[in-house]
Amino acid sequence: MAFLEVKNLQMYYLTLRGWVKAVDDVSFGLEKGDALGLAGESGCGKTSAALSILKLLPHNGKIFKGRIDFDGTNLLTMPDVKFRKEIRWKKISTIFQGAMNSLNPVMKIGDQIVEALTFHENIRKKEARDRAGKLLDLVGIGATKIDRYPHELSGGMKQRTMIAMALACNPELVIADEPTTALDVIIAAQVLGLMRELQEKLKLTIILITHDLSIISEICNKTAIMYAGKIVEQGDTISVYKEPLHPYTQKLIDAFPSVLGDRRKELAGIPGFPPNLLDPPSGCRFHPRCPYAMEICKKEEPKIVEVGKNHEVACHLIG
Amino acid sequence: MSFNRVRIVEKEEILEVKGLTKHFPIKMGFFKTLLAKELPVVHAVDSISFEIKRKEIFGLAGESGCGKTTTGRLTLRLIEPTAGHVLFKGKDIFLLSENEIRKTRQKIQIIFQDPYESLNPRLSVYDAIAEPLRIQQVLESEEAVGNRVKEVMEDMDLVPPEEYIYRFPHELSGGQRQRVAIARAFALQPDYVVADEPVSMLDASTRSEVVSLILSLVKKFHVSFLYITHDIALTRYICDRIAVMYLGKIVEQGPTDEVVLKPFHPYTEALIAAIPVPDPTARRSEIVIKGEVPSAINPPSGCRFHPRCPYAKEICKKEEPQLIELKKDRYVACHFPLE
Repeated sequence: MAFLEVKNLQMYYLTLRGWVKAVDDVSFGLEKGDALGLAGESGCGKTSAALSILKLLPHNGKIFKGRIDFDGTNLLTMPDVKFRKEIRWKKISTIFQGAMNSLNPVMKIGDQIVEALTFHENIRKKEARDRAGKLLDLVGIGATKIDRYPHELSGGMKQRTMIAMALACNPELVIADEPTTALDVIIAAQVLGLMRELQEKLKLTIILITHDLSIISEICNKTAIMYAGKIVEQGDTISVYKEPLHPYTQKLIDAFPSVLGDRRKELAGIPGFPPNLLDPPSGCRFHPRCPYAMEICKKEEPKIVEVGKNHEVACHLIG
Repeated sequence: MSFNRVRIVEKEEILEVKGLTKHFPIKMGFFKTLLAKELPVVHAVDSISFEIKRKEIFGLAGESGCGKTTTGRLTLRLIEPTAGHVLFKGKDIFLLSENEIRKTRQKIQIIFQDPYESLNPRLSVYDAIAEPLRIQQVLESEEAVGNRVKEVMEDMDLVPPEEYIYRFPHELSGGQRQRVAIARAFALQPDYVVADEPVSMLDASTRSEVVSLILSLVKKFHVSFLYITHDIALTRYICDRIAVMYLGKIVEQGPTDEVVLKPFHPYTEALIAAIPVPDPTARRSEIVIKGEVPSAINPPSGCRFHPRCPYAKEICKKEEPQLIELKKDRYVACHFPLE
């Protein structure tokens, strides 16, 4: 069995206007040491899928179906207390989106890391402080900055602090939600480099959530593309990027500018807008925007099928 | 002005920026002010010059805090400069009276970064686009305003206009909001528009649609753009020429393709090398410069980039390099430009 296996996960949010079908029948698996990139536009359910793994859903979010097997145990049936004590942060931790707002502004960064450590592990404060210093060294901030407040740090340093915090209890799986979105290119490149380095050094398994396909191609060996609550294509990063089979994946890749590419190649958009997940389109959810849509696409939902080694697509054009 | 590389004024030049400087004073306590020899300032923009021609999209690229947005605002006189001139159609906008500048603003407009913030949530699409027309009182009747609103909405591909005019911003997607924001800027038929990161908040699929809209507007209405961005990869698809800024200075300037494919300044090189490429098989060069942008309060001596520059030598610490024309249309401010 895979290290992390998400099977037929279905997660809806209850709103005043009905159920928002944020994650619908999503399955993916990860081996130890894998880095999976979960890509898609805003509102496609990628963050919701990740929050389900961490069991950090808001009160109106409900998991209806599916299972999440982590290292052989189903997380969804595990009692909350046990999950909080044994899994969250100790085994699975996260780097939240927007480091600027995730740190407590009135607490020194060292103390924030110490707090995470003493909560999860039975260690003395002094020892925790030593480890916090080592963690800050590890992410390249330096132990000398342990008594700084978040406002004294730049955006890149805050993001590094978040990474140090996520690594505090030596987790096996780290979920990074848009870790570089708010950063400048050079700082973003430094942070990505750090993540790649740490992954090798600490043998981490990573799920990277982003809307930016170019970031995934930098560190992930696996890629899953989500659209409107569904995974439409997944597989090895190289096969997904080099031979994208789903029209949405193809369009998404074309929509990204490349510094290396041919400028004359026009930057193609995808006409139309992402669907409302209160009432997603029938059949294939991409059919209203798909240039190749056929009659069957409106009626029948395509099943995800294997098209090659480690490459799956959900499209009627295939298979 | 330490140098002047502005060419002889031609008719077609819409905007000319000469030696533009903006220093923001830092607020201090009363006693500190008395004791300080010199009041500290943030060197946001330091003596920069460029010109924009009609129908040209001029890109201004750099990291946050490099002064690109301040430059954009200065060219609209939304803030007053410390020194320097901005000539719009040959007239210095900083010498105009309040009334004159208000009139001129019909022709100079801005599109902001975040369409979620820049549109008033309590104004319908109609009112949002009609607002500049009403303020400037360019049209006699409300009926004429209504017609103009519909016309400009059609130009923005918000068709049919009837479907959108009664909507409020929260009923629109990000791409539609940005179209409304652009429609607001274009309602008065401007000659010069500052676009401050207009697509950085949008999703990839809608981003390219807004980019093609901007390109089509240039063709159709012969406007000029100052396109402010941190995304150099995207500038190749949009801008005719770009200037790269670092700590308030232009370090390199030239035709976009030439600058991106063959940068002369080490900073430009590093900036381009840092951009992730959407191709898992392409390995980008490993020039990742260390550290972060230093404070603009006490910018480094000599070349401002020298503490982070991998090629820095003694002279770089002492002497500030001037922006010189290394090749035709290619300007660079570096003691040892890359060849």
